Amino acid sequence: MQTQSEIGYNSKIEGDVVITRIDAALAWFQKNSVWPMPMGLACCGIELMAVGASRFDISRFGSEVMRFSPRQSDCMIVAGTVTYKMAGFVKRIYDQMLAPKWVIAMGACASTGGMYRSYAVLQGVDHIIPVDVYVSGCPPRPEAVLDALIKIQNQIGKEPILSKLNLVAKLTGSSKS
Amino acid sequence: MFTLDSAHQLKAKFGDLISEPAEFRGEITVKLADAEQIAEVCGFAKMKLGFEYLVDISSVDNYGEDPRWTVVYDLRNLTNNAELRIKTDVSEEKSELPSVLGVWATSNWHEREIYDMMGIRFRGHPDLRRILMWEGYPYFPLRKDFPLAGKPTNVPEVAFTEISPMEGGPFVTLPSSGDAVSREPRVRNPE
Repeated sequence: MQTQSEIGYNSKIEGDVVITRIDAALAWFQKNSVWPMPMGLACCGIELMAVGASRFDISRFGSEVMRFSPRQSDCMIVAGTVTYKMAGFVKRIYDQMLAPKWVIAMGACASTGGMYRSYAVLQGVDHIIPVDVYVSGCPPRPEAVLDALIKIQNQIGKEPILSKLNLVAKLTGSSKS
Repeated sequence: MFTLDSAHQLKAKFGDLISEPAEFRGEITVKLADAEQIAEVCGFAKMKLGFEYLVDISSVDNYGEDPRWTVVYDLRNLTNNAELRIKTDVSEEKSELPSVLGVWATSNWHEREIYDMMGIRFRGHPDLRRILMWEGYPYFPLRKDFPLAGKPTNVPEVAFTEISPMEGGPFVTLPSSGDAVSREPRVRNPE
């Protein structure tokens, strides 16, 4: 007795072909694998760990691969108080990240200096690096960080990656097109 | 009481250099008249009186008074569970006193921190660098005449600072029996 049961994806019925624009496909790949550079500088860093742990689980959004090397990461999450002594190192790590790259300023301190109106604390990390999303809170709830990540994903989803690359190629003269 | 006995022994050994022990809330403090003798006094307190643990060294800026600095040594005798505090004054012109590194090795970082924040130098310290701020930072930020908002500086390739906006601050609390909302720190401009 032969049973005829089909479980899962049937390529004969559903087909092998997905039609899309290449820009959209590239953006889709990119936005669902944003690898964060965890710049944990103070108590927000602890909350950032909670975002990565099972209850909030940042891997639902493709960002569980926390890279401790700037050369492998796409999105720097500045979590905590940036002192003037640390500012130079934050800038240097940001400079070492490969473009395209994004920055989340997580919490009051990273966004504005927070409660530290003092001689020792940089009054917002946007004094030294460009910030895409500011997250309020002291520290922010993990959901707020996930929301910031989703905002960045939406931003990436709209970016015309290929035409940008073509523009770069034209400007640098590295391609004939 | 062990601490009081120790203070009297210090006074017996060093005479007029050591003040009468002052007691406040169960803590004994003696004042050393000549800061140059601090290493000898601390050495005696450790070797003969058993204060083998240096809890902390701190410094006070008596701004507008002379002498300007007070350096405070907190000593602990672990065997007898006793604490003794030694204070000594340093003038602003001098801003220097001997290191106690030969007595307690732990004083290394304490003395560096006081040098960093207050600008008091410790003679005989082998490595008197800044510990919290960076080399090249030109001010001593815990001094009373240094503004909380800071001053602009720039050491190329190391660090810069700017004046931070106080935006109506500093934020202060007022003593009251009100609820948490009325007690929390707010801008309260002097009338």
